Amino acid sequence: MANVIEARDLVKTYGEVTALDGLDLDVPEGTVVGLLGPNGAGKTTTVRILTTLLKPDSGTATVAGFDVLRQPDRVRSVIGLTGQYAAVDEYLTGRENLRMFGDLYHLTPEYVRTRTTELLERFDLADAADRSLRTYSGGMRRRLDLAASLIAKPSILFLDEPTTGLDPRSRLGLWEVITDLVAEGTTVLLTTQYLEEADQLAEEIVVIDHGRVIAQGTSDTLKDAVGGNRIEVVVVDPAQVSTAVQALTAVANGEVIADAEERRVSAPVSGGSTALVEAVRGLDAAGVGIADIVLRRPTLDDVFLTLTGHVAEEDAA
Amino acid sequence: MSATDSLVSVPMRSRPIFGWALHDGFVVARRNLIQTVRVPELLFFSLVQPVIFVLLFAFVFGGAIPIPGADPTAEPDTSVYRQYLMPGIFGQTVAFAAAASTVGLAEDMHRGLIDRFRSLPMASGAVLFGRTFADAARQILVLTVLSITGFLVGWRINDGVISAIGAFALLLLFAYTVAWIGAWIGLYMPNPETANTAGLVWLFPLTFLSNAFVPITAMPDWLQPIAQWNPISSLVLAARDLFGNPTGIIGDAWPQQNPILYTLISCAVLIAIFAPLAIRRYRRTTAR
Repeated sequence: MANVIEARDLVKTYGEVTALDGLDLDVPEGTVVGLLGPNGAGKTTTVRILTTLLKPDSGTATVAGFDVLRQPDRVRSVIGLTGQYAAVDEYLTGRENLRMFGDLYHLTPEYVRTRTTELLERFDLADAADRSLRTYSGGMRRRLDLAASLIAKPSILFLDEPTTGLDPRSRLGLWEVITDLVAEGTTVLLTTQYLEEADQLAEEIVVIDHGRVIAQGTSDTLKDAVGGNRIEVVVVDPAQVSTAVQALTAVANGEVIADAEERRVSAPVSGGSTALVEAVRGLDAAGVGIADIVLRRPTLDDVFLTLTGHVAEEDAA
Repeated sequence: MSATDSLVSVPMRSRPIFGWALHDGFVVARRNLIQTVRVPELLFFSLVQPVIFVLLFAFVFGGAIPIPGADPTAEPDTSVYRQYLMPGIFGQTVAFAAAASTVGLAEDMHRGLIDRFRSLPMASGAVLFGRTFADAARQILVLTVLSITGFLVGWRINDGVISAIGAFALLLLFAYTVAWIGAWIGLYMPNPETANTAGLVWLFPLTFLSNAFVPITAMPDWLQPIAQWNPISSLVLAARDLFGNPTGIIGDAWPQQNPILYTLISCAVLIAIFAPLAIRRYRRTTAR
């Protein structure tokens, strides 16, 4: 499959701060690539360069085969952008907003009219179509914002943290819409600081930190890179944490980590449920009281922690 | 299906002979004018300030500010000052149109709308052309309300309708000019709150260091040249001329002798400087 987005060695600095430090990115046609990283990792800078809003200090990028620096207008006519804010006009109605953006894409008035109605229905905004946006909820604004970026049927969609600040229900709603778009063949570059979101939506995940790609692959490959399953135990008596570590070291295939304050012990294991049974037996034999025990697959949180040495969410605050 | 195929499937308008700038500017201006109608509070308060100024100056200061050149032997007549005052209020009011452009653009930037506009295949100056045009057009309504208020306190058009239309046209051209300066400032604002202050702060010295409210001859000697070359002074003087209102003593400086021409030149020069500066800034700016 051909790449519809290609970035090579992008560098961008703001004074002393290096936002991008030689970033490479490939997005194959018809796929969803998730750009994952904490705040300040360079996600938004990347999107701004690819959508022609910002010029890189050095490096090259093409979108749909067009050079973002030399053919910005060609790039703009094939992309849709939904940024971190609901970038729609507060005072216009939903319909007026879509009409304005359709007009600015230079679409015919007839097409703008039918497409507007179609999008408002699809995004569950038909009832609110002729109300001013001041009456819209946050979720409705985001949906309208996404609808606005789809008015000209772009083949490539940039979604920069599309669900930041949304409540869980609106987030799920937006995820559904994005999944549908992808099913229709739209290529999507999605940035997010929510690991769960990248896991849900993206086939390929690119993890960036300090303006560089630090890992890349499917959600499964990334998880495998971190290691297999883990057994996590919460013990009843804080005094027994060290005993629990000893008991688990016997079943673990790597270093056992303990958190005395939380009474939590975590051990990487190779097997699945067999390891769990062994662990329970071992702990029981050592006389350790178990408050909770789980076997869990690594999450992208673990991936991030392993790759960067810090947790994604901490930076996000 | 490749990227370009799907683009073709969307019906596009044919390119106008003069390019897209006019079309796109109109789309943006329409949006900004709809805002005016949707937020009547905003329009209301932008009208209240000049109306208050008319009433304050007419009734509080009116008797205290003598107009040189008015017949000194006649009974002190406050209506002379009111005739003198109104073109000054008009001039000040249209100059303040700039603040609307500053705040409006700072808000658009803050909300990410400028980013979105910049990601569209539209003419790059259109957002600014639309904004400045709408902000100047709004002044038609403001000038109408002010004229009625002025009429009620004794201001009159004494020199025929044609001249008066010329005066209003000059005022609107000036509003359009300062809107570009306001737009340029707005694109540098970090947030709408700062824009609220920064959009106004330069307008007070600009409008008060002029003949808008007091005759230039009443100012200290060193200030007089500044006031005489201030485009607001020539705008106000030209309006007084065209409305047939008292002008006070006209200075020797060239702008005072040729107020209409100097106003037109000032507008042309200021637009030629600030429109390219603002468009250049627009092309580089992004939301913070």
